[in-house]
Amino acid sequence: MIRVLPTDIFIFILLASGSAFIFSARRREYWRSAWRQVQRNRAAMVSLFLLSLYASIALIDTIHFEDKNTGVTLSLLDVLATPLRQQVEKTYSAPFATHQYIKESFSATNGTTLRTYPRLIYGGAHLYRSDAKMKDITLRVIKGVSQGSIAAVVLAGIFLGSIHSFITLFSRNGSREKERNISRQLVAYTLIISFAITIPLALLIQCSTSYHLFGTDKIGNDVFYRSIKSIRTGLVIGSVTTLIVIPFAIFFGVIAGYFGGIVDDLIQYVYSTLSSIPSVLLIVSFMLLVEVGETVGDIAWRADRRLLSLCLIMGITSWTGLCRLIRGETLKLRELDYVQAALSFGVNRLKILFRHIVPNLMHIILISFILRFSGLVLAEAVLAYIGIGVDPSMESWGNMINTSRLELAREPIVWWNLCAAFFFMFGLVLPANLFGDALRDALDPRLKS
Amino acid sequence: MLAYIIRRCLYAMPIIIGVNAIIFFLFFYVNSPDEVARKILGEKNITQEAVDHWKREHNYHLPLFINSQEQGSAKISQTIFFKKSLGLLWFDFGKSDRNNIDISSQIKRRMKPSLLIALPTFLLGILVEITFAMILAYCRGTYLDYIGTIVCISMMSISGLFYIIGGQYLFGIVLKLFPISGYDTGWYALKFVSLPILIGVVAGIGGDLRFTRTIFLEEINKDYIRTARAKGLPEEMVLFKHCLKNALIPLLTTVVMTIPFLFMGSLLMESFFAIPGLGSFTIDAIQAQDFAIVRSMVYLGSILYIVGLLLTDISYTLVDPRVRFE
Repeated sequence: MIRVLPTDIFIFILLASGSAFIFSARRREYWRSAWRQVQRNRAAMVSLFLLSLYASIALIDTIHFEDKNTGVTLSLLDVLATPLRQQVEKTYSAPFATHQYIKESFSATNGTTLRTYPRLIYGGAHLYRSDAKMKDITLRVIKGVSQGSIAAVVLAGIFLGSIHSFITLFSRNGSREKERNISRQLVAYTLIISFAITIPLALLIQCSTSYHLFGTDKIGNDVFYRSIKSIRTGLVIGSVTTLIVIPFAIFFGVIAGYFGGIVDDLIQYVYSTLSSIPSVLLIVSFMLLVEVGETVGDIAWRADRRLLSLCLIMGITSWTGLCRLIRGETLKLRELDYVQAALSFGVNRLKILFRHIVPNLMHIILISFILRFSGLVLAEAVLAYIGIGVDPSMESWGNMINTSRLELAREPIVWWNLCAAFFFMFGLVLPANLFGDALRDALDPRLKS
Repeated sequence: MLAYIIRRCLYAMPIIIGVNAIIFFLFFYVNSPDEVARKILGEKNITQEAVDHWKREHNYHLPLFINSQEQGSAKISQTIFFKKSLGLLWFDFGKSDRNNIDISSQIKRRMKPSLLIALPTFLLGILVEITFAMILAYCRGTYLDYIGTIVCISMMSISGLFYIIGGQYLFGIVLKLFPISGYDTGWYALKFVSLPILIGVVAGIGGDLRFTRTIFLEEINKDYIRTARAKGLPEEMVLFKHCLKNALIPLLTTVVMTIPFLFMGSLLMESFFAIPGLGSFTIDAIQAQDFAIVRSMVYLGSILYIVGLLLTDISYTLVDPRVRFE
């Protein structure tokens, strides 16, 4: 039974508007030349690859359905990672460990008690002797790499073959030889990408079911699974927040910039008042108030509602910056020749707005969408620490950091929880920053450094 | 000049009133006093009498705007709006919801530790930024510049929490150079504040350095720099004498903007290091859901922002006379 949670709808809207945008931008030279410039930037392309990897994990995690027997809401990712989800140990265990991290007492057969590290229930349980671990892992890595390579070659072959047959089927007879052949560059890129996808995947399949890749946390949950589950939360906070405010920012910004006068004064007053309140404190005051009265629905529904309201509230506080940018740009566009020409031709004012002004604001919106993204992902962790972040039952990097912030101070230290959370967060934010920079340089030459 | 300053101050008035209105709307209208009382008293099945009693004790029992039971001026003065919200305008913060402590005196006392961390972090940060930005601008286009930019982007992609937790672990637990929490008065405070300052400077470098570098590069491409080079001045002279002076103007505006916020302290840093400043005061209030303190801090933060904006405008006209004539 498919179940749609509130934020799922927004992710689908984001997906639809993103594809609609790409579809329409493909035909415009302005966007195509920008895309060509981004393509030349190698760091940006690697970032784009990583970002799409994150995005596809989040998408798999977005398709929810209700389990008939238990009534629990699961996502496709939960089902795919069933072993990870269900292999819960008793407490802490280190990455790739076969033994628990904390000693336990056992009563031996002769009546004495023994304090030792017990074997894990799932991690390395297939090994008869735990000192065969290194050999086993090496074997699995070799197996994973070889399986991954074979899969990569097969995948790339299928992809290139279908492209080749597509080209030969649909190209006209008179077209030149060069156009009919697949370029060497395409072959290289296809191979690199398919290797980059299949080898880690094969390694994961080989290792993650029999070991805990990143260890387990205090109550024995697999840290790798928690980090993967957090991806969706991070992406939702980073993207849905801006998505919600874009229509409002465009509406008020364009109206203020285009019509001027008292409307402009009023809108300016509203956003300068809102932006004078420090954003963290405004989010806090909103969140303290929202906390009341969220009692409808089951756990998954409530957690998702809270995530959505967090996005909304962060949107309200970050709305002002985008609105100000759009207003300024509209003021500039209004005086340009082609807008004046349209006006003197007697074109309807509304039509001028939609045909001449709003399309020319798109690059600002796209740039601020991507540059804002990383800041929002980082802010989520801070909000979780203050205690006003996402629901504690929801997996997020902020919650992971918050629950394990004292683990470095304990003896012996537990480092893998924090490291996994920071690592996955860094892996999302750095590519977003690099790609955003490249996109900004390509779209807005004035801002280029 | 004086006329300009007065005009700017008058312009700030409606914004202060607007902020006050938003705070009133959020804390008294959206969140009714009954709900506040129930949250503070904390029990699930609390009687209405207990709620009423608490409300009367904290002056929450009054009507919002107009008290029809009173006579004359008391009609307006005996209301929540007058007692709780209007007082914010002249910094009368009242008492906290939980322990009935005087918020104003708390703010006065906690400002010093906050400043003791925020001010050195801020000054050291600027110094480090400008130094590194000049080095990067001097080597622009070389590999050093490229690596520097990459390092900046990576450093800004790391969560601020990582710097704090990692710094505490490295310097506090492994190297045992500094204590990781606590505070003392006088010169002993130095021991406790140096690690937060160090971490604050390092955590801020990434984003700020990139920003400063862009400003320097913008300045270095201007005509007067070309003239200076054409005169035959050495590159160091051009950079230090011409470029630095003019790049300080856009830097000044962002710097002045942040000065008032130094009083608020850093939420995270103070809370992690258990320093009794305004930042940890705010965090504790948020976690205890003490609405009176949160309300006061929101208002204080907004006022500081508005003051920062004012100072920015004024300092801008002082250093760049062209702005004044417009």
